[in-house]
Amino acid sequence: MSRLRVLAAMSGGVDSAVAAALLAEQGHDVTGVTLKLACYGKTPLSPRACCTLDAMDDARRVAMRMGFTYHVVDAEDVFRERVMLPWVEGYATGRTLYPCASCNEHLKFGDLVRRMELAAADQLATGHYARVRQEPDGSWALLRARDAAKDQSYALATIPYSVLARVVFPLGELEKSEVRAHAQRLGLSVWDKPESQDLCFVPDGDYAGYITGTVGETRGSAPGAFVDDQGRVLGTHRGIVHYTIGQRKGLGIAAGSRLYVVAIDPAANTVRLGPREALERSGLVTARVNWLLPAPPVSGTRAHVRIRYNHAGAAASLWPREDGTVEVRFDEPQLAVTPGQLAVMYVGERCLGGGEIDRSLVASGHPDAEEDRAYGHADGEVARASGPGVARDAAVSAPAASRA
Amino acid sequence: MPDTIYLDHNASTPVRPEVAEAMQQALRDLGANPSSAHRDGQRVRAAVEHAREQAAALVGAKPAELVFVSGGTEGDHLAIVGSAWAQRERSKHVAFAAIEHHAVHGAAHVLESLGWTHSVLPCEPSGFTRPDAVNDLPAGVSVLSLMLANNETGVMQPVAALAARARARGMRVHCDAVQGTGKVPVDFESLGVDYLVFSAHKFGGPKGAGALVVRRGAPLEPLFRGSAQEHGLRGGTENVPGIVGLGTAAELAARGLSDESARLLALRKGFEAELRLAVPDLVVHGEQAPRLPNTVNVSFPGARADHMLLALDARGVAASAGAACASGGVEPSPVLAAMGVPRELAICALRFSLGRTTHADDVAAAVTRIADAVRAVRAATGAPA
Repeated sequence: MSRLRVLAAMSGGVDSAVAAALLAEQGHDVTGVTLKLACYGKTPLSPRACCTLDAMDDARRVAMRMGFTYHVVDAEDVFRERVMLPWVEGYATGRTLYPCASCNEHLKFGDLVRRMELAAADQLATGHYARVRQEPDGSWALLRARDAAKDQSYALATIPYSVLARVVFPLGELEKSEVRAHAQRLGLSVWDKPESQDLCFVPDGDYAGYITGTVGETRGSAPGAFVDDQGRVLGTHRGIVHYTIGQRKGLGIAAGSRLYVVAIDPAANTVRLGPREALERSGLVTARVNWLLPAPPVSGTRAHVRIRYNHAGAAASLWPREDGTVEVRFDEPQLAVTPGQLAVMYVGERCLGGGEIDRSLVASGHPDAEEDRAYGHADGEVARASGPGVARDAAVSAPAASRA
Repeated sequence: MPDTIYLDHNASTPVRPEVAEAMQQALRDLGANPSSAHRDGQRVRAAVEHAREQAAALVGAKPAELVFVSGGTEGDHLAIVGSAWAQRERSKHVAFAAIEHHAVHGAAHVLESLGWTHSVLPCEPSGFTRPDAVNDLPAGVSVLSLMLANNETGVMQPVAALAARARARGMRVHCDAVQGTGKVPVDFESLGVDYLVFSAHKFGGPKGAGALVVRRGAPLEPLFRGSAQEHGLRGGTENVPGIVGLGTAAELAARGLSDESARLLALRKGFEAELRLAVPDLVVHGEQAPRLPNTVNVSFPGARADHMLLALDARGVAASAGAACASGGVEPSPVLAAMGVPRELAICALRFSLGRTTHADDVAAAVTRIADAVRAVRAATGAPA
């Protein structure tokens, strides 16, 4: 590889530090940049949160150690407008968005890509665990990381295809343990820094408290009724921002069988509960999909589709539509298909792209499964389901908030 | 990347070779403690006192009035806190101009935590503090702190006129002359102030060395006490290499001061004119007020300062944001805010400061690079080109 001018996004964590440091060690002309995403003021912060002043000091120390220049760029406005407020809006209206993806799309691979010219950079580097490869036909492909446990391609599914030719992921071939070993070898002080686990802007994980307290959102916090599939009232909920599809814990309902949050209806301010089977969905329809392909795949393409960050992926067929959305039909029903989360499609190790889940579909043959029905709150389409956290309390969903 | 053009002399200046030479010699040969009675100690003492004469001459002060300190921040603290403290029986109220350096605000915070209150002298939109603003201060101000030239805008303040009014009202006056000293003639006597601080690294000397001039008889409690160095006003073994460097730099600065001042002014005027040709909608802050000959504080509308610094760094121009961005966030500088500069313009403010190593070809090349950076930033962030 010839000497490149690389703009390296640095969060202050060990991954992005090693990514930048390895490039500098290889002799590339690296400029480190931390995007300042949110103003935390003087509130005490978890050491796991990125973007704090301490995190900037950590990133700066890495730059000094490796001998490259480092800048902080204020991106608070973009972060607020494109990531944080939409996420809050989602909660208030019953959708569980995945802000790490929108942050990647709009900040790291949006705003920062546009800033590459500022630094006269050829390539953008980040510490994501993913790979980029140029295919024999000349197209660019986003691939899963070699370390499957750390793979972050899910969170990158909505970045622009055109960016792939300009990014480098130095950690894509590495295991996490190797990354820490590199950090130690290079004498980077962040080598043993803990992983960030939650949303960087809500380091204590109290989403409802952040939305209603810090942001001052009033919608979604009024108590309402828990109902069953017949509309019978089962009890009182604390406000829809406290619930997510698939959630079992913290419902405060004594029932003969285990109950899960099946749907959330912000208009009626009800949270529908039901047995585990009621969470099963045979498919989903996305919002407009971002394809990491030169052209959308053909109808019926076989793929693996991940519906949450930690979802292993389910075999499915893809049915792209004229309007840029996709219907995903799973081979086997999937639990807790949550509107707002991403559906990310893979063929083998290649990520085809992804889009927000607009609504889920019940098994074909079900009277409510008609696609062209007005969606909304028909039983057949669990629309606008949401709850606090990114499915973090959900009994059937793995925590999906891991930073990416 | 091309060689960097250094236009950040208000932040710090390169050490002059003669200064480095004198300091190396001091490090090599002046190892004793200047307070020691033996001949080695006396040799060091002589070097310190020689430097005191050199430094005092730069600002028209008597050597006996000069106290060596670590730099501007310490000097501001010693003058303001030390003077207020010495006058504590009389008054617990101090005053300073709105556009003062952080060091002055810091000293005021120290006093505030000890029960003092303060008043602030406002400034005009030009960045200039009107002399009659002193008349609006409440009675009983013990110390008034005034900056000779603003570090961000370069605007020169009418310190002599302000000080005359303040002293007539019974105030002691401190002048933070850190940014002006070495760039324009500074005369302690004609300024008519009680305290005046300057710092070596702003005019070719080392960092960590400065001096506070204290008028004979002016009240001052020392902050550092110990073995009564510096007439008991600043305890602690002297920073001998730093002091020697300060003295040497002061002598060199004094020697060619008016020529250098005129040269910088001509360069700056050319720089501003060429910049305006390249980026016609630029706004120079403090343009209507008398300014230091080397300083241009300018906003390129739509090109935010943090983006510009990244772009300038990549293109080989070293400058500073005219906005406060220590924490990474872009906030309008308090100085520009005090001048009433609108936020959208203030967050685009950059400071270019010329110096002894700046020449006409640097300025011409810098204009090209700056204009290119402005284009890149505006293109990247969607601002009109």
